[in-house]
Amino acid sequence: MELFHVKKDIPFMRYARSTIFVSIFFIIASIALLATKGLNLGVDFTGGTMMEMGYPAAADVPAIRNHLASNGYADAQVQNFGSSTDVLVRLPVKAGATSAQLSEKVLAVLQQQQPKVELRRVEFVGPQVGNELFEDGALALVVVSIGIVLYLALRFEWRFALGAIFATAHDVFIVLGVWSLFQWDFSLTVLAAVLAILGYSVNDTVVVFDRIRENFKKTRMTDVAAIMDNAKTATLSRTIITSGTTQIMVLAMLLLGGEVLYGFALALTIGIVIGTYSSVLVASPIVMWLGVSREDFIKPPKEESGAVV
Amino acid sequence: MNRYPLWKYIVIGAALIIAFVYTLPNFFGDVPAVQVMPIRTTEKVDTALLNRVESALRTAGLNSTGVALDPRGVKARFADTDTQIKARDVIQTSLGSGYTVALNLLPASPDWLSALGALPMNLGLDLRGGVHFLMQVDMPKALEKAAERYQGDIRTLLREKKVRYTAIGREGELVNLRFRDAEQRDAARKAIEDAYPDLQIAEAQIGEEYALSATLNKMAQVKTQEFALKQNLTTLRNRVNELGVAEPLIQQQGVDRVVVQLPGVQDTAKAKEILGRTATLEIRMVDEERMQDPVAMQAAAAGQTPFGAEMYYERNGMPVLVRKTVVLTGEYITDAQPGFDSQTNQSAVHINLDGRGARIFKNVTRENVGKRMAILLIEKGKIEVVTAPVIREEIGGGRVQITGMDSTQESNDVALLLRAGALAAPMEIVEERTVGPSLGADNIERGLNSTLIGFAAVALFMVVYYQLFGVVAVVALSVNLFLLVALLSMMQATLTLPGIAGIALTLGMAIDANVIIAERIREELRNGMSPQAALSAGYDRAWDTILDSNITTLIAGIALFWLGSGPVRGFAVTLCLGILTSMFSAVIVSRAVVNLTYGRAKRLTKVSI
Repeated sequence: MELFHVKKDIPFMRYARSTIFVSIFFIIASIALLATKGLNLGVDFTGGTMMEMGYPAAADVPAIRNHLASNGYADAQVQNFGSSTDVLVRLPVKAGATSAQLSEKVLAVLQQQQPKVELRRVEFVGPQVGNELFEDGALALVVVSIGIVLYLALRFEWRFALGAIFATAHDVFIVLGVWSLFQWDFSLTVLAAVLAILGYSVNDTVVVFDRIRENFKKTRMTDVAAIMDNAKTATLSRTIITSGTTQIMVLAMLLLGGEVLYGFALALTIGIVIGTYSSVLVASPIVMWLGVSREDFIKPPKEESGAVV
Repeated sequence: MNRYPLWKYIVIGAALIIAFVYTLPNFFGDVPAVQVMPIRTTEKVDTALLNRVESALRTAGLNSTGVALDPRGVKARFADTDTQIKARDVIQTSLGSGYTVALNLLPASPDWLSALGALPMNLGLDLRGGVHFLMQVDMPKALEKAAERYQGDIRTLLREKKVRYTAIGREGELVNLRFRDAEQRDAARKAIEDAYPDLQIAEAQIGEEYALSATLNKMAQVKTQEFALKQNLTTLRNRVNELGVAEPLIQQQGVDRVVVQLPGVQDTAKAKEILGRTATLEIRMVDEERMQDPVAMQAAAAGQTPFGAEMYYERNGMPVLVRKTVVLTGEYITDAQPGFDSQTNQSAVHINLDGRGARIFKNVTRENVGKRMAILLIEKGKIEVVTAPVIREEIGGGRVQITGMDSTQESNDVALLLRAGALAAPMEIVEERTVGPSLGADNIERGLNSTLIGFAAVALFMVVYYQLFGVVAVVALSVNLFLLVALLSMMQATLTLPGIAGIALTLGMAIDANVIIAERIREELRNGMSPQAALSAGYDRAWDTILDSNITTLIAGIALFWLGSGPVRGFAVTLCLGILTSMFSAVIVSRAVVNLTYGRAKRLTKVSI
């Protein structure tokens, strides 16, 4: 079976201006969202308490909220997740009350209302630890980016390294932008997913680049855009199928993995789609506009032999 | 051209056999067991203990499926959880309070596997339920406490050396002294410098008075902080032993933090209570003169305690007026055991003090024969007088006996509290992750189900899309899963839910290598290459691409591992290992299968791809 076999090269590069324009628009929109609305940082980063409760029957969320509010926890966020019997309660850090005992007090309050409620999971993070986790996460993003640029500059060429990192930054910004737009909870596992998207997107981009490099070395074509179109058409089938199989795994996680993996899987689901788009339509135009040419890959034979004296 | 030399097949075969053996233990599940460990590390774990456990089970008529000795304790396996719980009670009663008897789960894999070192993966707290705490030690408080100790020591020293001072006080980490003249100050400075080289001393002139202030020098500060952390680790270990947890993890993290993980603990409230207990012990002298004075006592009861004294209550409600000066703290105690007074047969606690504590105690008791000393228990800001016995004689050698307990139970409790020790500095829980046992079981099921269903869907798609080559890819993917689980088991890594997510994601991405190869072969076939040549070229040309794309992902994985914490780390470990195993399975193993299938065909006209 073959679904994506295209006989003639698709002129991707002809639309390069439009695709890059779309990408830049989304990046700017994402940065604007991040600057204005910001991320809805979860307890992992802000500090605070998160409790996952299991109710014996469908839980009445507004009633739980009111009950908590009347007991001095007006700042508690209560919401359903997964099923109607599962409830998440989030509590911000209170000045002065640094104690991890908070979850027990809240549990006691909830048990007054429904004695059979079960405490399934508690996460408490102190504000200082939260800051550290955030800093480490940001540092990880920077370190990964630098590492990838260096590797690609070494294995390919600096223009490719910049193209790949632009495409990847594009993916990361847009995923973060989506998180900001919907104000979804940004937790440590979502951050891990963002870093995984980074890895996935570069992986995808590198496969295309690899083909472009091969074309530069082998064909006598001089039109850079045509070389790139040929490479992208040749790898198109692989690009779609790999993103499809990875998507299958991630969707299984999203639908069956439960609350803990939900944010992680959701970020990957979105990230894989954007990553696939960027590796085909964003990365290579940048490389072309940076002025890559055949000569960058064909070493003049004199230099090699001349080095031996 | 599509033939592997024999040694390559042998290497692949050997890798598969090893992977199979090390993956195997994960399929046997667990058996309920009881684990017996001595509470004190000085207690020997030997066959005598094994025999005691065995005979206790025999007399109770409980059948164990195996009792074994290991360096940490004795483990007894049982057929079902009912017997397990009965056995725990029987063993605990028979061995007494010197041992922790905990419920545990042990791998059910056969002995020959365990003998090979093939053990199942450890399950993380999110999969089996339990508590994870990150505790921060309050280091400034540790330094203040050290200053407090030096304040007492300097006072004694100056008295011994007959140096007169007008005032001594403490301000944070500083001990401040005042003198009437420069001569006394210099004498004091010399005495302190000789006796306590760890102190750094500064002079000052305040009006008419000559002042000295002493504080720990940098090196001593670092030493004090290291000591405080070590002391807190020991104390936490002792406290966790009280909880009877089978495999607790108590570990230093950074310079001032401690990680505590208690798998399988159901009662998290009790765990927090015991870990967070800030009990400290102090021995101070009773202010006898003022206690004789009813006016002073009345004033004290009304809240106006006389200068240099404080009022506390005994358990029976009797007020005791004690001096503010601390003679000894719990830190000097090396051991405490419940017992009986040899003469009166009353319940007692026998305490051993370390060298410095013994010396202080000897001096104080010599100077205060006939007077009372109070033992104070400070817990959660409340201070209670445990006992206030009369000193009958000078007590040397660091052996102290405290009587005055109402019952053996109480002497047991006091001994335990003294032994479990005080924290050198207060600690605060800065991170907590608790997972209930039912959610743990759910998490395993969800994690495994989503991975397996995803795997099955990918496999189905591959076979439909690439036919025989799809089957090869699925074989390679299964081998990848095997190798990954085997590696994780060999490393005795801890499997967490994010770890399972990492496995799922690597499986999804690992198929990429096979897709690249398959697409390349199709392309070469279309370009008119012969099937054999296309197979060979497909693998060779795809290799560069696979290497580059995997290394970039590996860079991301390593950074995640390096900078990540907790849940992120588990994900990073499986991601990195998965990339390595996928390169082996997707390229070498799948090629071997292809070579075995097509390599010997002389005239291959069609490839099922």
